[in-house]
Amino acid sequence: MEHHGHTPTTTGLDNRKVAIWAFIGSECMLFASLISTYLIYKGRSVKGPFPHEVCSPPVCDTVMKPILNIPVTSASTFVLLVSSLAMVLALAAVENADQPKHTLGEKILGNSKLWLFMTALLGTTFLGFQAFEFTSFVHEGLTIRTNLFGSSFFTLTGFHGAHVTAGVLWLLTLLAIDIRRGLKPKDALIVDIAALYWHFVDVVWIAIFTLVYLIH
Amino acid sequence: MTHSDTHVSHVDHAALGEVKEHPTWSTYWKVAVILTIITALEVWVYYIPSFVASHLFVPTLLILSALKFAIVVLFYMHLRYDHRLFRALFTGPLIIAMATIVSLLFLFGHLVIHAG
Amino acid sequence: MATTAAAPPYVSTHEASNTGIWSWLTTVDHKRIGALYLVTALTFFMIGGFEAEIIRAQLMHPNGTLVSADTYNQLFTMHGTTMIFLAVMPLSAAFFNFLIPLQIGARDVAFPRLNAFSYWVYLFGGLFINASWLIGAAPNGGWFGYAPLTTMQFNPGLNIDFWVIGLQILGVSSLAAAFNFITTIINMRAPGMQLMRMPMFTWMAFIVQFLLILAFPVITIALVFLQFDRFFGTQFYELAAGADPLLWQHLFWIFGHPEVYILILPAFGLVSEVLPTFSGKPLFGYPVMVYSGMLIAFLGFGVWAHHMFAVGMGPIADSVFGVTTLLIGIPTGVKIFNWIFTMWGGNVRFTVACKFAIALLALFTIGGISGVMHASPPADLQQTDSYFIVAHFHYVLFGGSMMGIFAGIYYYFPKITGRFLSEKLGNWHFWLTFIGMNLTFFPMHFSGLAGMPRRIYRYDAGQGFDVYNLISSYGAYLLGFATLLFVWNFIRSWRKGAKAGHNPWNAPSLEWSLPSPPPDYNFAAIPTVTSRYPLWDHKGNVVDYHDGDQVKSAKELGIPMPLSTIKPLFTALFMTLMFAGLLFIHKHNWPMAYTFMFGGAAGMVISLYSWLLSPLE
Ligand code: HEM
Ligand SMILES: [Cu+2]
Repeated sequence: MEHHGHTPTTTGLDNRKVAIWAFIGSECMLFASLISTYLIYKGRSVKGPFPHEVCSPPVCDTVMKPILNIPVTSASTFVLLVSSLAMVLALAAVENADQPKHTLGEKILGNSKLWLFMTALLGTTFLGFQAFEFTSFVHEGLTIRTNLFGSSFFTLTGFHGAHVTAGVLWLLTLLAIDIRRGLKPKDALIVDIAALYWHFVDVVWIAIFTLVYLIH
Repeated sequence: MTHSDTHVSHVDHAALGEVKEHPTWSTYWKVAVILTIITALEVWVYYIPSFVASHLFVPTLLILSALKFAIVVLFYMHLRYDHRLFRALFTGPLIIAMATIVSLLFLFGHLVIHAG
Repeated sequence: MATTAAAPPYVSTHEASNTGIWSWLTTVDHKRIGALYLVTALTFFMIGGFEAEIIRAQLMHPNGTLVSADTYNQLFTMHGTTMIFLAVMPLSAAFFNFLIPLQIGARDVAFPRLNAFSYWVYLFGGLFINASWLIGAAPNGGWFGYAPLTTMQFNPGLNIDFWVIGLQILGVSSLAAAFNFITTIINMRAPGMQLMRMPMFTWMAFIVQFLLILAFPVITIALVFLQFDRFFGTQFYELAAGADPLLWQHLFWIFGHPEVYILILPAFGLVSEVLPTFSGKPLFGYPVMVYSGMLIAFLGFGVWAHHMFAVGMGPIADSVFGVTTLLIGIPTGVKIFNWIFTMWGGNVRFTVACKFAIALLALFTIGGISGVMHASPPADLQQTDSYFIVAHFHYVLFGGSMMGIFAGIYYYFPKITGRFLSEKLGNWHFWLTFIGMNLTFFPMHFSGLAGMPRRIYRYDAGQGFDVYNLISSYGAYLLGFATLLFVWNFIRSWRKGAKAGHNPWNAPSLEWSLPSPPPDYNFAAIPTVTSRYPLWDHKGNVVDYHDGDQVKSAKELGIPMPLSTIKPLFTALFMTLMFAGLLFIHKHNWPMAYTFMFGGAAGMVISLYSWLLSPLE
């Protein structure tokens, strides 16, 4: 990593950053496929529970309430949004790691370890919400095998959750590096790349929140 | 060595118009507040039955979330300040992805064109 | 390794000229990886070809008795899957690897170790799918594995599991390679190598990488659904639960049509290198070639449902997809004319490479014309699922992709190995292939229009197919014989072929300025490029670029070289094992499933971390 200065690239941009943007482009198609499938199967399940509608006999054995929990998911959406803020602050802190810090505010804002940790923590909180949501759905009678809604919902949000999990591990790796040797401005790029991934995962959630949870 | 390296790459960036001014943390704050407000708005309209029933509900939500999407991409992912290559690498696939979703919705009869 | 890493960068240079198996397992040199791709893909090409020969033997006469219906299904499925994913795509990848850095004036790809990883994943994925033969349960659902036909209910064996998992593994390889090449082409070009000066092969390769990163995620998801349905009881393709039988078809073809351009554009690129060289003229209409390539790729995402006219999508969808399909024929036709104008008035040297390139023009055009025919929904209703379609895609795939690849192999063999392929054997190979290919596939147009369906293992006599099938089978044997000649030529020439100089064909692009084979560092000094044809002056005469035959080592020149490493191989191996664990779920053998999946995942993460944390050079 130390020698990375010595091969200038054609565009002056770092290889890894070009690659991550290409990767993000590719992920657009991945989530487009998942989201399309969810939307295509919306309203096609032959039995409940349903996301937004009550399911009553004879379609369901008993009356089943709409299953999506908007207040809880709004909270988890907010958590993920805040994690993105923490992420940009982590990046800014690494970029300015060499700058002298005088006031308490500057010290807090300039603490990359704190913000990396906060991002990972908020990401984990989001996953906690998701675990809570999944288990309560299972208790209410919706599993990945129940109906088309269950299959497409759990797969879509599960894929997103898996992306968040990978992101948390990535952030923790950066945090470990930061603790061991301290991230310097020259390391900003590796934080930037992780941040781009993290924000992208956030952006996907923005789409999911609207398309899956709110619109009906 | 390190010194001259940074220098060279700096010149490069400037020549390519890559790094304009970088968003500062006050920008970040404002962005966070705006995102929160939009999210609150989305959830709020969700709870107005008459609005939900109207034709405006779905377009409103789509526009609001598109706005959030764009803000995060432009500011947090600093596409607004970054090299235009990155913009191309992201927008191209995004357009194809969205076109694919829309075509599929037409093909599966979730979107219908009313002609006459 | 620690000692090398601690030393100053220039001393860490190592001698990569060593041979022996270990050097191949650990290589990160794009040229060696390209050679690995080439040899592996040709081996799979032979296997896929052998499967085809059995198919043709079965169909040679009415009511053939060589194989059972079940075996027949496995044969055509594996033939298609092998040819597309294990032969043609990796053959293109062989050229991507070998050529891209040389053509743009770079010392390697952007991520050399990721490149090695791509190759090993490809190899293990290919072995994995083919391992199904050993237990007699090879995939049997067609290369497009239509669900719900491939769900547990209708296909309860391990066959489809091998297919689903195998394709997922191969997808990782293609995606990793694509990110690598995109970055390489954007970022590793020599000074002066502007985008519009890049050789046409690199351009086509560049476009193909975008097709790959946009098309593969879609099939990944379609396969995930199928995997989940089969292993975890989800209902994506479960009709009783209200699932739509067209979901798979749409997702598959959103991938599938871009995939056909993934298969053909690299061959177009190779031909665009071969024809100018042997015509002694620059490529006609270079910018048009670039833009038509882009247009094909872009439109390629808007035509997929032409594979589905028969399912009854309704008049609007049929018309839209019919029209977009007709449109995509235009930029394709433009390319054909550009190649013809490239040769026009040139002093054409009819080498074997040039003959194969010209054959592509002729044969691909035939396939393109039948393609345009089934772009029309009413016509397609007569043609779909008949041998007419088989004729179409073999003209574009064999007549197009494979002819282009053969042209590329004859042309670049001297650069890769330092020796020529025998032109004499090559001529035999060419003419027998050309005749065999037409004998095999042309009659299929007729048997198809006469009503012979695809994917049947037997037909009754007297329906008017008999003679066409007989001719097709003889043609196929001829093709098989021609391929054996080629393999013989390949093996013999690699060892004993006539030695080639650095620019044996008087070609214009950068790779020909290097010794054959090029040294591990490629360019002793990174060149500065001032034109599209750096080795030709404005009159088309070859300017001598090379500096004597003294090839110095990287060490002598002080060029830092990436360290060879076994870690990508291990990461690929563990990943394959992780995927393989899914097979045991099918058998409800949970201990084995968990051992493989978690063991594989752990091994993969550990090798990945140790790879990422060790320095490149
Ligand atoms: C002029 C350009 C082309 C046009 C207009 C075209 C059109 C079509 C159409 C409409 C079909 C569907 C026929 C049916 O199943 O009823 C088809 C099938 C097919 N095409 Fe093409 N095509 C073109 C070029 C290519 C190329 C370049 C390739 C590959 C190198 C290719 C490979 C295939 C394959 C493999 C199938 C059969 C898929 C299957 O059912 O297994 N085509 N083509
Ligand atoms: Cu197609």
